[in-house]
Amino acid sequence: MATLKLLIAVSIVYVVFLFCVAFAADRAARQGRGAWLRSPLIYTLSLSIYCTAWTFYGAVGFAARSGLEYLTIYLGPTLVMIGWWWSLRKLVRIGRAQRITSIADMISSRYGKSNLLAVIVTLIAVIGTTPYIALQLQSVSLSFAAFAETERGLVDAGAVQDTALYVALGLVVFTILFGTRNLDANERHHGVVIAIALEAIVKLLALLAVGVFVVWGLSDGIVHTLERIDASQIADWEVSPSRWTGLTLVSAAAFLCLPRMFQVMVVENEDEGHLRTASWAFPVYLMLISLFVVPIAAVGLEVMPTGANPDLFVLKLPLLAGQEGLAILSFLGGFSSATSMVVVAAIALSTMVSNHIVMPIWLRATGGTATISGDVRQVALLARRLSIAGIVLLGYVYFSLSGGGTALAAIGLVAFVGVSQFLPALMGGLFWRGATRTGALAGLCTGFVVWLYCLFLPSFGPGVLLPQSVFDAGPLGLGWLRPYALFGAEGMDSVVHAVMWSLLLNTAAFIIGSILSFPSPMERLQGAQFVNVFEHSRTAGSWSGGMAQSEDLLIMSQRIMGAREAQALFADMARRQGLSGYLPEPSPEFLERLERELSGSVGAATAHAMISQIIGRAAVSVEDLLAVADETAQIMEYSSQLEAKSEEQARTARQLREANKLLTQLSLQKDEFLSQVSHELRTPMTSIRAFSEILRDTSELGPEAQQKYSSIIHDESRRLTRLLDDLLDLSVLESGKVTLNTQSGRLGDMLDRAVAATSGDPGLHIIRETAQEDVWLTTDHDRLAQVFINLIANARKYCDAPEPRLTIQPRMQDGRLVVDFSDNGSGIAMADHGLIFEKFSRIGETKTSGAGLGLAICREIMARLGGTISYLPGQKGATFRVVLPVETRLAAQ
Amino acid sequence: MGKLVLLIEDEPNIIEAISFILSRDGWEVKTHSNGHDAMDVVRARRPDLVILDVMLPGRSGFDLLGDIRGDAALEALPVLMLTARGQRKDREMAEAAGVNRYMTKPFSNADVLEAVRDLVRE
Repeated sequence: MATLKLLIAVSIVYVVFLFCVAFAADRAARQGRGAWLRSPLIYTLSLSIYCTAWTFYGAVGFAARSGLEYLTIYLGPTLVMIGWWWSLRKLVRIGRAQRITSIADMISSRYGKSNLLAVIVTLIAVIGTTPYIALQLQSVSLSFAAFAETERGLVDAGAVQDTALYVALGLVVFTILFGTRNLDANERHHGVVIAIALEAIVKLLALLAVGVFVVWGLSDGIVHTLERIDASQIADWEVSPSRWTGLTLVSAAAFLCLPRMFQVMVVENEDEGHLRTASWAFPVYLMLISLFVVPIAAVGLEVMPTGANPDLFVLKLPLLAGQEGLAILSFLGGFSSATSMVVVAAIALSTMVSNHIVMPIWLRATGGTATISGDVRQVALLARRLSIAGIVLLGYVYFSLSGGGTALAAIGLVAFVGVSQFLPALMGGLFWRGATRTGALAGLCTGFVVWLYCLFLPSFGPGVLLPQSVFDAGPLGLGWLRPYALFGAEGMDSVVHAVMWSLLLNTAAFIIGSILSFPSPMERLQGAQFVNVFEHSRTAGSWSGGMAQSEDLLIMSQRIMGAREAQALFADMARRQGLSGYLPEPSPEFLERLERELSGSVGAATAHAMISQIIGRAAVSVEDLLAVADETAQIMEYSSQLEAKSEEQARTARQLREANKLLTQLSLQKDEFLSQVSHELRTPMTSIRAFSEILRDTSELGPEAQQKYSSIIHDESRRLTRLLDDLLDLSVLESGKVTLNTQSGRLGDMLDRAVAATSGDPGLHIIRETAQEDVWLTTDHDRLAQVFINLIANARKYCDAPEPRLTIQPRMQDGRLVVDFSDNGSGIAMADHGLIFEKFSRIGETKTSGAGLGLAICREIMARLGGTISYLPGQKGATFRVVLPVETRLAAQ
Repeated sequence: MGKLVLLIEDEPNIIEAISFILSRDGWEVKTHSNGHDAMDVVRARRPDLVILDVMLPGRSGFDLLGDIRGDAALEALPVLMLTARGQRKDREMAEAAGVNRYMTKPFSNADVLEAVRDLVRE
């Protein structure tokens, strides 16, 4: 009893430890520390999620049943890793260049960003992975049961299922916590990766420890162990060349195609160079983990009672020998193998399900455009979290329905053959320009159906999903359609049979479909991008700078990437084009970059669809096609030079146009300025003169009238003074002769002052985030408060909402203080964005009391304080953004 | 009963000053303070003289002057334009549009009174 309790305690401590490690790694990565998180060693260890509970427990079972054949499962991946230069390098390069988020995204991207293809791949992946997740849950609960059994005799099935449920729930929590922190699936999940790497070490150590114990503890060293192996039935194995070839092929294919392998190998890859290390280090890992499989199997067969499940030898041998500590270590090894696989598989599949199934449906349901309403980010994250829970629980349901009877290795192989169906479309897409979407669809569907019929359905046993009669005589008595003897291929091993037919028919359908069909322009472009990834470095020029609305694009991107990231991207692109502000010209480069960034979050197909909705053009232009067709180096070189030149010219022209527009506006404004100054000065002077003449010339004025008229004179002379002060202030600021009175103070206090100074009119409701205002600034307080007062007063004057509200939102961004003043009015028309900071520019016909100098003064003040003030487009109302340098010193009291 | 002067001006203090000066001289003064519906008021009141500001909310004094001169019934209505825009081209524009008298702000009260008397006597 003590052991079982100890086991539970150790498991919980281990899980808590994993949480802590993942949390610490995530935090280190976010703070920019932890370069070791991105080392090739971690990458190699993360690849070891290939070795699941199937490897940990099942390999021994496999060896006990079929001898050395278990080695094929390691041989396939080893060959792939050794040959990394030819396939993996290309896969990783494309994955990074195109910001691929999953294997479904990869295949869909290659074949013209087809979402149908992505949906099919996702479905196959879910169907192929569910049994595998069930297998992991089964292995954890069986190993628990093994402990319980040695103490209390037989354990009822209910308890086993309970264990599986708890494990499944725990995994869902872990995966959601660390797998859906960022929306951008293309970003590395550092916490998850480091946890996997740690588990990789634990499972290797555990298996080695059990092996050492078996060889030197249960036997008397190597020689004795070899004798025992010779004596066991493992020595009688027969080499079946067809099974060896088939299993090696299928494990190599699965290594490339398994969603979880694709996730760690391509999506989480930080640096292509890591492959170089992994190419030898990972085979070494596989060799070490398979080293003691045969001794454990041989000794187990000899020592354990006949009929004992060989899948549990790794656990039961130490238990039988009373080595509880070793047994617990062995349990942790199996636990690690199972959990790491489920976590990564759930992340990979949830990305696919949410990007290719949930998001497209949601986008369509909400009217087809992302600019409508709601926060796409939240929806996508929610979709991903629900998918994780759904996928893991689906595995649990499969486990409890299937009863967990089948041998571990058998389920594993069924799943391997299932995902191998991606291979022709994937590899064909990488190396053959002629491969088309139609071909890929035909191949995938054919392979999937054959796998379903020949391997998946029969794997439940005769009479469960397929009736016995189908096995014996074929459906409707058609003998050539028997699931284990398709087209009369009798006497073959069922797995080899399924591998042969599914991959053969899949490849044939893929090739024939590709040859017979005609690729769409987008497929041609993407095909060229993928096949020639090492020659091209930029992506297909699929966008032409049409009349895209940059502001709409910004609104959409903010919803998907988050406001801060989207604004940074737009501002950066605008700067590169030589423009100021947040709205770049919709040039092809900008749109391509935007599409790549978005596809990191929602997948290529969806990103493409969203942008084309706004740009109003999804097709590929003739120039794009010509660029693909005339690929001789010279022409490419020449045309790219021309392109660069004409782009240069276009950019210069754009800048000139921009400058000219501003100059014309400025010259108009110069005239207007004089006229304005004249008007603004003369108006108060008129009242002053008129009333002073009245006071002088009218003898019979009552004291009341005298009082009234003299106060008008007084008020108007003050108005005149204020105007003169403003003009003077502006000219001092503009000439740069201003002296700043710099001192240290709290942002909140300056805002308090500004709000108090403008509290004359109760109509405007001001919303503040006092918690964020605890920032210390060393600046000229009066000047900064002057800017704030101006912005608040403007909101009062111009916000046209029925219940005007102003939100003041400070936060730190890249070491600078950003304060956004956003009201809920109708904002400022785009044509006026460039003008509002100019002198006397009261936009529109609004007749309000200001002279139109406020924002011009604000702009000058901010420039003197080393900051900026700008109008932020694409928000709901008018938003002004004040940016200030700050000493990163929070008020600590 | 004095003759009717319609003052179209948006600055409250200036309205008050002119009203005071003219009322004391025996004129009846009506005021209106925006350009949007100023024409309706001109047609309804049928004043003997209009004093017109240039920068008005809605429509400018130049627009209103154009409308007055374009209306056959109002062709002969004397218009005195008072403006804070003192540039020469503004005066030229006003004269081209058919103004009877053009004065820049700030003005002397006596000048305004004299101009009003002149214009109505003509």
